[in-house]
Amino acid sequence: MAEFKRPTNEQEFENNFSPIKVLMNKSEAILESSKCLFCYDAPCTKACPTHIDIPLFIRQINSGNMTGSAMTIYASNYMGNLCGKVCPVEVLCEGSCVYVNQGVKAVEIGRLQNYATHKVLSEKIHIFSEGEKVNKKVAIIGGGPAGLSCASELRKAGIEVDIYEGRKMAAGLALHGIAPYKIANEDVLEELNYLQEQFHFNIIYNSFIKTKADVAKLEKEYDAVFLGIGNSSTSALNIPGEDKKEVYGAVEIIEELRMKKSNLVYGNKVIVFGGGNTAMDAASESARMGAETVLLAYRRSKENMGAYEFEYDLAKSAGVKAYFNVAPVEILGDEKVTGVKFIKTEIKDGKLKTIAGSEFTEKCDMVIKATGQSRHFELFDNISKLEVDDLGRIIVDENFRTMNPKYFAGGDAVNGGKEVVNSVAEGKFAASSIIKQLTKI
Amino acid sequence: MSAKSSKNKLASNLAGIKSPNPFWLASAPPTNSGYQIMKAFDAGWGGAVWKTMGVPVVNTSSRYGAVSYKGNRMSGFNNIELISDRTLADNLREIEEVKKYFPDNAVVGSLMVQSKEEWHQIIKDVENAGVDGIELNFGCPHGMCERGMGSAVGQDPEVLALITSWVMEVAKVPVIVKLSPNVSHIQDPAIAAKKGGANAVSLINTIQSIIGVDIDNFVPYPTVDGKSTNGGYCGPAVKPIALNMVKNVAKIPDYNLPISGIGGIENWRDAVEFILMGATNVQVCTAVMHYGFGIIREMVSGLEQYMSDKGFNSIDEMVGKALPNVQKWENLNLKYKIIAEIEESKCIGCQLCYIACEDGAHQAIKLSENGESRIPKIIEENCVGCNLCSLVCPVESCISMVRKDNGKEELTWTERTERGDIPTTFNDKMAGGLGHFVPEPKKAIEYRLSSKK
Repeated sequence: MAEFKRPTNEQEFENNFSPIKVLMNKSEAILESSKCLFCYDAPCTKACPTHIDIPLFIRQINSGNMTGSAMTIYASNYMGNLCGKVCPVEVLCEGSCVYVNQGVKAVEIGRLQNYATHKVLSEKIHIFSEGEKVNKKVAIIGGGPAGLSCASELRKAGIEVDIYEGRKMAAGLALHGIAPYKIANEDVLEELNYLQEQFHFNIIYNSFIKTKADVAKLEKEYDAVFLGIGNSSTSALNIPGEDKKEVYGAVEIIEELRMKKSNLVYGNKVIVFGGGNTAMDAASESARMGAETVLLAYRRSKENMGAYEFEYDLAKSAGVKAYFNVAPVEILGDEKVTGVKFIKTEIKDGKLKTIAGSEFTEKCDMVIKATGQSRHFELFDNISKLEVDDLGRIIVDENFRTMNPKYFAGGDAVNGGKEVVNSVAEGKFAASSIIKQLTKI
Repeated sequence: MSAKSSKNKLASNLAGIKSPNPFWLASAPPTNSGYQIMKAFDAGWGGAVWKTMGVPVVNTSSRYGAVSYKGNRMSGFNNIELISDRTLADNLREIEEVKKYFPDNAVVGSLMVQSKEEWHQIIKDVENAGVDGIELNFGCPHGMCERGMGSAVGQDPEVLALITSWVMEVAKVPVIVKLSPNVSHIQDPAIAAKKGGANAVSLINTIQSIIGVDIDNFVPYPTVDGKSTNGGYCGPAVKPIALNMVKNVAKIPDYNLPISGIGGIENWRDAVEFILMGATNVQVCTAVMHYGFGIIREMVSGLEQYMSDKGFNSIDEMVGKALPNVQKWENLNLKYKIIAEIEESKCIGCQLCYIACEDGAHQAIKLSENGESRIPKIIEENCVGCNLCSLVCPVESCISMVRKDNGKEELTWTERTERGDIPTTFNDKMAGGLGHFVPEPKKAIEYRLSSKK
């Protein structure tokens, strides 16, 4: 019996995907903020890629300066609410909380952060102001966390910003790729709107920048370009049967799920390939969509999984089962998917090898590939002098400038696919470099 | 009663007022009625001082305020409530009833009136009702003092002695004088109480206070229709002040009056501290207003356990036991030397000891130079043994203060003065801090000066 019933309407969907991080009430916020030791040279601040002054914002909560607390967060991180909800705090700020060193539960920094940002967001208290106009224009390709962070920082310096967004809605993977129980669509959009109504950057929707002509136009009209383009669709595995209708890429199915919710037609027996955090999300979400069985299949051992332990735990708690050391060989079925043929694997001489004759079959009616995304190679090819590394990641210098000095880049397209908070940090950092370059400060 | 098994050991006797244990309820809202006091005795309280009876009063709506320190509610508490606003007849009738059900528990009548005649009359009234003792409220610092009572009496030793002597003219039961802490020298009213003939003193009453200010509406708490007034402060926050005052009274040479200790007591440990500082019993109010009468269970069991651990067979053996160790500063051993030691295996790396010492004390703790470890190090030659690091450290017994002198030498300021061995001029070479390392002022902004270049 599955853990979750198939959601048949919006309400049932919301129940199955109810938020795992609930907004604190004032009593809890006071108690939790009282716990913070106000460490010197605080490890949590160091662990945060955006270096939020965490002890300060927590102390501001404790003394009842809520707007000040939000300002502290946003001064370092333009997506403070988003990050409070979706950051893997267990391995970042909360993981480095000194309480952990004595076996005491860490201060709940993520939830306190959401508590702090809630007031300014919900009451639309403006805390930012645009900089004085400097007659410079920057194009940002991609309206995800990196692009939005970059745009905000540029606007603060008075630089005009146009964001070219390929989809009909911005916020990138924050809106389209994150599990709904981590953050709701409206929360993502609330923060995006909050930034836009103060910084007034333009977002040009449905404009996917790809061709030589697109690139030439941008280069002509703008003083600099920031590439916050993230990654492309799920890469092919190149195994037989992969082209069947019921075989999905993880990022694609998660995006559909976030948009269609209970209207999405979903499988009953789902197999997910992969061992990263996206695989865990896809598996968890499949279980919450009411699939009877969800099987996670990873070609290496449990210890080798890229996913954080708490993400795996979350998937397990939703009823997901896992197979380790198995690789898919073929996706079976005539018209529809009926199963997956696997082969067992082992490590020999430090290399992953399949074990001859160990093939076996698992039945299923849906397959999700969470085995990595491709890059936007067509765009890369059309930008002169832009260079990428072996893994297809854009090469940048320490100032997030690409080999083409007019182009800067940050986020997944540069780091290969890290956390939202890394994208936010890199977008802001790149903006500082752009500001320096354009205004010669 | 619940304290039966240990009755003998915990038995208390304050100037002849006996109770099964030394825990009394102080005169306050929890002792406003016979109902409450019977409930308290049933729960295990040894005695109760009835909420002050006397001149008729009316009370305001909104009466209490509290300090909530980092989520800890009622760390400090204040009130602008007056004495009992119930009729004397009701109070007397209920005293009689309580004594009928609980003959072994102490019921003390707290009183506050003005004229000699009134004092004589009310003493007869409460004695007829069956009180085991009388407490004179010379401490209330709000509302009553403006009418020449409460702390107005407590602050004037001559008046205090006079009124006490009126009381002693007629009182047949033991009389306790409750002292106000709102004085510069607590010994003066304490001596006056003795002069007036009192059998015991109790202290401290509340400390005059403004508990906090409503910064949106520009008025202190508690607010009565947009206005406020000073109140009386009590609760855990006042305990150190109360302990010191109890000690000061207990140290009066040949004083010999028993002391009932009051001020922020909420568990057995607090009670033991008061007893060791010279109190014969203790009175509790705020903790009961916070948690109810049930806290007595923890207090009685804790005191019993402590006494058996330490081999005390009666409360009397403990009274004032720490007093000989309270000395004037000039009699402390200047040869005694401790320094801080960090147990690295326990350190969690918060670095609070570092910044506390660096910014708030003596710059005797350093961070690891390469930044590899978050565990700070003590600079032994700079450590003056002040304790600050061990006080701010959030880990139990991670930082300890270790003795470094040979333990054989003793030299006090008094002895040095006698020898003529003390610094006397402003720039004297014998000044204590001369050997201590202090960085140059400019070092504080070095990072800024260097980044400018």
